Amino acid sequence: MPRLVSHPDEVKIVSRRFGQGAANIDRYIELGGYESVKKCLAQTPDWIVNEVKASNLRGRGGAGFSTGMKWSFVPKQSPKPKYILVNGDESEPGTCKDHLIFLHDPHAVIEGTIIAGLAVGAKTGFIYLRGEYRYLLEIVEKAVADAYARGFLGKNIFGSGTEFEIVTQTGAGAYEVGEESALMESLEGKRGIPRIKPPFPAVVGLYGGPTVINNAETIATVPHVIATGAAAYAELGTPRNGGTRLFCLSGHIQRPGVYELPMGYNLKKMIYEVGGGIANGNQLKAVVPGGSSTPVLRPEEIDIGMDFDQVGKAGSMLGSGGVVVIDDHTCIVEFALRTIGFYQHESCGWCIPCREGTDWLQKSLTRFHAGFGKAADIDNIQYLAENMLGRTFCPLGDAAAMPTIAFVKKFRKEFEDHLSGKPCPFAREGVPQLTVA
Amino acid sequence: MSPETLSIFSPALAARFDALVSNYPVKRSALVPMLLYAQDEVGYLSDGVIAEIARRLGLTELDVRNVASYYSMLRFKPAGRYNIQVCTNICCMLRGAYELYDRFQEELNIGPHGTTPDGLFSLEEVECIGACSWAPAIQVNYSFHDELTPDLVAGILADYRAQAGVPTDRSSSVGWKAQAERTKEHA
Amino acid sequence: MPDVTFTVDGKKLTAPAGTLLIEACRKAGIEIPSFCYYPGLSLQAACRMCLVRQEKVPKLQTACTTAVAEGQVFTTESPEIAQARKAMTELLLGNHPLDCPVCDAGGECELQDMTFKYGAGESLYAEAKQHRDEQQWSPAVFYDRPRCILCYRCVRICGEGMDVWALGVENRGVHSVIVPNVPGEGGGSGQLNCEECGMCIDICPVGALTSGSYRYKTRPWEMNHVSTVCAHCGDGCKVTLGVRQSSNGSEIVRGDNRDKSGINGDFLCAKGRFGFDFVNHPERLTTPLVRNAAGKLEPATWEDALRVAGEKLKQIRDTRGGAAIGVIGSNRTTNEENYLLQKFARTVLATNNIDHQRSTDYAAFARALAGHPGKTAGLREIASAPAILLIGGNPTDEHPLLAWQLRTNVRLNKARLYIANSRPIKLERQAKLTQELPPEGYKDLAAFLDAGQSDFSKAILAEESLVLVFGEEFRGPTVENLVAWGLKRANVRFAYLGDHANSRGAADMGLFPDLLPGYVPVTARGPFAEYPNLPAMPGKTLPQMIQAAAKGDLAALLVVGANPVARREVDLAALQNTFLIVQDLFLTETAALAHAVFPAASLYEKSGTVTNTFGDLQMVRKAADRAGAKPDFEILVRLADAMGADIRKLVPFGKGAMTADLGQSRGAQAGEADRHAVWLEANGLEPKLSPFDPFAVLDEIERLVPGYKLDRMNLLTGNDVRAEFAPSVVPPAAATAAGAENLIVPAHNTLFTSSTLGRYCPGLNEIEAHQTREHAEVAAD
Repeated sequence: MPRLVSHPDEVKIVSRRFGQGAANIDRYIELGGYESVKKCLAQTPDWIVNEVKASNLRGRGGAGFSTGMKWSFVPKQSPKPKYILVNGDESEPGTCKDHLIFLHDPHAVIEGTIIAGLAVGAKTGFIYLRGEYRYLLEIVEKAVADAYARGFLGKNIFGSGTEFEIVTQTGAGAYEVGEESALMESLEGKRGIPRIKPPFPAVVGLYGGPTVINNAETIATVPHVIATGAAAYAELGTPRNGGTRLFCLSGHIQRPGVYELPMGYNLKKMIYEVGGGIANGNQLKAVVPGGSSTPVLRPEEIDIGMDFDQVGKAGSMLGSGGVVVIDDHTCIVEFALRTIGFYQHESCGWCIPCREGTDWLQKSLTRFHAGFGKAADIDNIQYLAENMLGRTFCPLGDAAAMPTIAFVKKFRKEFEDHLSGKPCPFAREGVPQLTVA
Repeated sequence: MSPETLSIFSPALAARFDALVSNYPVKRSALVPMLLYAQDEVGYLSDGVIAEIARRLGLTELDVRNVASYYSMLRFKPAGRYNIQVCTNICCMLRGAYELYDRFQEELNIGPHGTTPDGLFSLEEVECIGACSWAPAIQVNYSFHDELTPDLVAGILADYRAQAGVPTDRSSSVGWKAQAERTKEHA
Repeated sequence: MPDVTFTVDGKKLTAPAGTLLIEACRKAGIEIPSFCYYPGLSLQAACRMCLVRQEKVPKLQTACTTAVAEGQVFTTESPEIAQARKAMTELLLGNHPLDCPVCDAGGECELQDMTFKYGAGESLYAEAKQHRDEQQWSPAVFYDRPRCILCYRCVRICGEGMDVWALGVENRGVHSVIVPNVPGEGGGSGQLNCEECGMCIDICPVGALTSGSYRYKTRPWEMNHVSTVCAHCGDGCKVTLGVRQSSNGSEIVRGDNRDKSGINGDFLCAKGRFGFDFVNHPERLTTPLVRNAAGKLEPATWEDALRVAGEKLKQIRDTRGGAAIGVIGSNRTTNEENYLLQKFARTVLATNNIDHQRSTDYAAFARALAGHPGKTAGLREIASAPAILLIGGNPTDEHPLLAWQLRTNVRLNKARLYIANSRPIKLERQAKLTQELPPEGYKDLAAFLDAGQSDFSKAILAEESLVLVFGEEFRGPTVENLVAWGLKRANVRFAYLGDHANSRGAADMGLFPDLLPGYVPVTARGPFAEYPNLPAMPGKTLPQMIQAAAKGDLAALLVVGANPVARREVDLAALQNTFLIVQDLFLTETAALAHAVFPAASLYEKSGTVTNTFGDLQMVRKAADRAGAKPDFEILVRLADAMGADIRKLVPFGKGAMTADLGQSRGAQAGEADRHAVWLEANGLEPKLSPFDPFAVLDEIERLVPGYKLDRMNLLTGNDVRAEFAPSVVPPAAATAAGAENLIVPAHNTLFTSSTLGRYCPGLNEIEAHQTREHAEVAAD
């Protein structure tokens, strides 16, 4: 069971019911659950959309698009059925927040899905969990069955005469499926290759029907937005960045864990106060602020508020909320190699720059880290990554290129220290080293 | 012969598949779950599994193979009864995942993607499994074990051996669990 | 869609709204590179070569997925874009083996072109390349993964285009690989179980997919590329033959679809692509054979063989009359040769005993359409018609191009395909509605449709225009019945299916005992009144000739490019008292019985025209040369010469050809000669100079044969032109209809068979064996 943590600075909204047994439907109701959906049933779809818009809730998957805005793109009339698709393919390294939501508060996801359905006029919602989350899928499936048994789902939800169905779905191991159009492909039983956009899912999505795709945390937040009220929720965060966020602290931090903090919370404070500073008394070398695809920050760059706009201004991204802390005993080249290794493994292979670029970067970095680098490699690695950036079919290529460029630019000295004759200065016992014949 | 008698799946799984395909507007939406559930039961995606799933969904075997080969959890060869998946992605790496992985290799005396001669364990390095704040973490089949240290490896293996009814002189499951709890408290 | 105006590289362009930028640019002469984009196939946006800059858009956009709209501004060439494209080629070359010096595609490789254009000449890549061994998927298709750039063209042409879906993508990321549909056993190469069309090879922009028959044989620049018409089925695909010099003439080493301008567009089937190898077959006849006193065929000079055959024919004609001579023509020779053959029979041999192996009942079709011009549909029309009713047959096997046109029309134009058949066929997947018929039910179809009881007939009756495609299930009166049903309705056009490369041409050119070219009855004569010595009465049909031979009434039989002994199971004894002359490529069962055998050039070794079963007329161009063999045209002219005939009357060549006839044919004959000269003059044409020039006969065909009024400009450009099919004189029913059923012997060739000719195509035979094996394995599973 993943350990829960807490800190006085936390503002528990989404995590309010964590550790309270709310996976049980009665307990969920006892804790105020399913009140928001009832409230929405008494309102018009436009009211719901406007409320979510006004809350400044932004997508928790990484891109940070306004949730209310996304919903408003769905056409009112559609000859094809509309769908809600909950993205629980949580796979961005550094991110484990949906894990806790599914574990502790699955009904919040269900309730949020119904509300999204009411807002856009969808009658079916799909909740897609990554394949590795089998024990969580079982929890969600049980919650869905309980909701059906209570008449919260089905042909006549809450006696309102409205129909809403939820289908759960498992993935089978693919980071790329976290991309919304690849997620739809996977749900349609295909290889997780993204679709050409436009058309966007809000117009042509699952099975050709208009589809809203939201991250599981976003969806789980929706009932709280309705319950709290848009203005009060927005108030918790910073301008244009409403509410709170689950930040996953990991790496060389004293107290790793998932903390719910207001949007705009200072990163330095998050690391040194909430997380208790760097583990083992070491010094901070770098922070990856929003999951592995976000450009790394140097210690002098972390005195910033953690919202989409401020992190963006600092040259990185808020991403999925995975804050990875790296101490001064870590080899940045090895870290970059492990990062690119992930993208090489997860590239779907559809487009040339991502397929070939991630593989090439991984091979170059492997050789480089093993002490077989040449001075020109450093520029070549940057050149390669820069030539992937912005030119791939989907954001995965950018997700591989952006951090690579940042590692080289911000830690060039460490790359230079690896140059021939000098194996990795941080070489540790037991770390596999490449031998080049 | 009826489709039922032809099925290589257990009656329960076959029934589950029948129900699954009715969940969606198009049948093939059931493909990825069916592949995973079939693998859970059969151990891997044998030619027979591919053929039956293709038949059930009205797809070509080529189509099914193309989809199956895309997903990293799906395999075309048998694995051990307990497939140990060690996450070595960044967060786990920072907290000693490679040392953990090495220890599993030593304890099991197998290499990456190896299977023990008794077929009980197989070992692989995997990408992020969504337990970053509780690193390093592994999955044994679908079970998570988090906040691990190399010293806990022997206990985990002993526990699974016991679960499988294999006699062992290793420390008992109570031992490693208690040890794990202590580690958490110290962290 | 209304036109919109947008700017590309400073130029104002106009195109219908929604046109893909890459297409709009190509039409305007602005080349945007791409690997994965292919017109008519689904969009991929995978290769990222077509990246362009769109004003006010932050990222570079793919031109292959950008739909043009009013006022947009694009840049397609700039240092930024050149760098992006250079980077794509650098990335591709990272794992590419760079084995261009031995690669089949070297010299016609799109990756090479891009590398030259964008200058990714220096490699930054210092790592070991991903290597995988080459795989053989079938006798026809090899796959070399290291060369593959994963553009997915092959996957799409096989799936979307052919509806075969035999190729897929396995694994992901850099491990992605194209795979065939039969998995390899024990780590071995996968196998293809498919239609073996080889379209995947043609469409591959690099050398990843190569052809079993062509690979490693030569380089593209060492070949001449000659576009001609396929020698096999009745659809008449344009095929480009790659020809290289060889010790005994020139050798065809490749058949492909390099020239996409034909009626077949992108399409070519296994026979068109791989079935050219009969020309190089070791059993090819290269010297005339004459039966010696001991009864054995032995090689002879052309002069001797022609003298023996010519003297014998002349002697029989002069002693027993033309009625004692029979002629059997070919479904694979050119229109000019067929025309010449019947003219030779009728004017030199003085007989109407002429026929051919009829694969379908064109005569009945002609009778049904007499007086209704413009009612036949060509293959281009079938690819664009809004509604098609396909009755009987199985085009996927027997008319692969027709099947392609139907699929493409349904896929790209949402055409409505209706199928009535007595058995399930693959094209039903494209059909809007299907109607199962009892095997004997075809004749009642018109009445069934008129009754309007079923959804099927209601839908047909509701169509405002319709193309009706049918085949040999309809013969004689049932053809007339069906056509009459269509003629009652406005906007119905017809296509009637026959089997071989020029079956329609054989019929059009009058290889009938009772019909002259253009289905003019022998009894009516019409424009052919100018033929000297034209016998007044219809002659014998093919079976009647054989019967006559058995009774000793047929003293000589000339068989050109046909094998009636095998096709008709003729009793060998029947021909023992007949002087048999055969012109053919091989010593067929028929040729083996002959007294004189002339080695004939194949369709790929001569020039002329052929007419496909839809009435699309095309030029065949001489691609190869086989020392020793001669075109049937030349053989016939020389045979006539050996008989002492006046060649100028047979082939109108030279100036004032006929009037120069030394006084033997003054009067009426002189007037006829003038007619040809007058016609040439009126059409601005010159007399042809050689008696062996097929164009001299084409002139006469155009002058005399109803319906063959040709658009020469297009024909000579290499395009297909329409031959009209509507005789003004109704052919008599009696002679053609009597026993018409028995005269028709459909070939029912499959994708890999081609009657007698197919036996001499080792490549096709090997493919067929492979397919039979793969099918058997699937069935056994």
